[in-house]
Amino acid sequence: MLRAEAIHKRFGRLQVLKGVSLEVARGEVACLLGPSGSGKSTFLRCINHLEKIDAGRLWVDGELVGYRQVGARLYELREAEVARRRAEIGMVFQHFNLFPHMTVLQNVIEAPLVVRHTAREAAARLAGELLDRVGLADKLRSYPSQLSGGQQQRVAIARALAMQPKLMLFDEPTSALDPELVGEVLDVMRGLARDGMTMVVVTHEIGFAREVSDTVVFMDDGVIVESGDPHEVISSPRNERTRAFLAKVL
Amino acid sequence: MIGHYLLAARVLRGLVATLELTAISMAIGIALGLMLAVMRLSPNPLVSTASWLYVWLFRGTPVYVQILFWYNVAALYPRLSLGLPFGGPQLLHANANTLITVFAAAILGLGLNEAAYMAEIIRAGILSVSEGQSEAAYALGMTRLKTLRRIVLPQAMRLIIPPTGNETISMLKTTSLVSVIAYTELLYSVQEIYDVNYETIPLLIVASIWYLVITSVLSVGQYYLERRFRRGAARQLAPTPLERLRRFLLAGHAQVEMPAERR
Repeated sequence: MLRAEAIHKRFGRLQVLKGVSLEVARGEVACLLGPSGSGKSTFLRCINHLEKIDAGRLWVDGELVGYRQVGARLYELREAEVARRRAEIGMVFQHFNLFPHMTVLQNVIEAPLVVRHTAREAAARLAGELLDRVGLADKLRSYPSQLSGGQQQRVAIARALAMQPKLMLFDEPTSALDPELVGEVLDVMRGLARDGMTMVVVTHEIGFAREVSDTVVFMDDGVIVESGDPHEVISSPRNERTRAFLAKVL
Repeated sequence: MIGHYLLAARVLRGLVATLELTAISMAIGIALGLMLAVMRLSPNPLVSTASWLYVWLFRGTPVYVQILFWYNVAALYPRLSLGLPFGGPQLLHANANTLITVFAAAILGLGLNEAAYMAEIIRAGILSVSEGQSEAAYALGMTRLKTLRRIVLPQAMRLIIPPTGNETISMLKTTSLVSVIAYTELLYSVQEIYDVNYETIPLLIVASIWYLVITSVLSVGQYYLERRFRRGAARQLAPTPLERLRRFLLAGHAQVEMPAERR
């Protein structure tokens, strides 16, 4: 589903990604762990072309992300084409980024209506099902400012799912939440994983990573230091840097 | 005296002309200003520089001069023509003196100048919306334009509307400048009257009363517009002054009735 080959990304002088390669098969959950500044979030944002990569190749479901290959050269896609491919990749942000001027229902049906031109009733029906699935069927008419952080993040997940994505990206989805609200969001994500959604999750929730993911990827300083079976990587890390990081967070 | 002229036909005609001028100039200012603001934020350096130059030019010179300029531009280029370049056939040509009427000069002077100010107001509004909002929209597959229209602008409105209200009120008063090119708006109308009867002060007061009345109406409109765009930002909208007044009166009423309940 996702294949990344030697992704490089630089912000000015700072080399953030120094050749990251990763494969995630359909239905798999990959968790990206690592200290802040290690490039996890940047890598995640490259997957839907929110950040342009400087070198390397990235495929989602067999399609090159952000570029078109002609012979040996890559050409950046036109905006509409980039947008069309992004529509198939859901993303959940650390700070939810719900649209504050819209109700919960409007937030969830917005993209289906505006991007996919779905009929309003069909979009609303799907939104109702999704909000029911994240346990917020009674909040359709609330505005985001009237919800708790955990509720907002669950709406954000429903909003992303409304586009029926092939792949879901989570960028530290619980980092901005009060500790007692983390569980409800992780529960929803656990449910998604169980239903076979392909997910790439940047997280600091080591317990969640161990329990849910098929692959754990440990990143530091722009490279993948160690990756593999979650129990092995987390319980008996081979790399020194992984060990040092886990010792601090566990 | 004042009462007599307040509703005089010539004054009312002038008032209507002032309102027309305000509405059209603001419409041009907002439409063109929005375009300039979007251009200014474009990743294309050519486009953003063009917008910057426009604002620099039109904000950097007095609107009074601009009105005189448009009025007199006909003298500089008496014939305007639209044709194909490099000696191609002329498709349209007209006498600039008939094309740029006093009205057109007034509209151009006021509208193009206003666009420069509106561009800055709208740009500031757009920039106030956090980047996460656009990112969320992009991630959902929305294009730059859709994101602007559906997500960013509605939120920017909260910041755009108060200064736009001020601009409208300011425009209402600035239209009086076009009396200099003899456009018969409110001020010019009363001038025409007092040039004959020498009742200068009463007639200036007549004009001022009308400016005040319209300004007041615009302020109330602005209040309700701002309220509408605060949706979602506050958990609960504060009551309007009218609601507060009614509650105050009802509460006062209830207090008076209380002793009766005790009986």
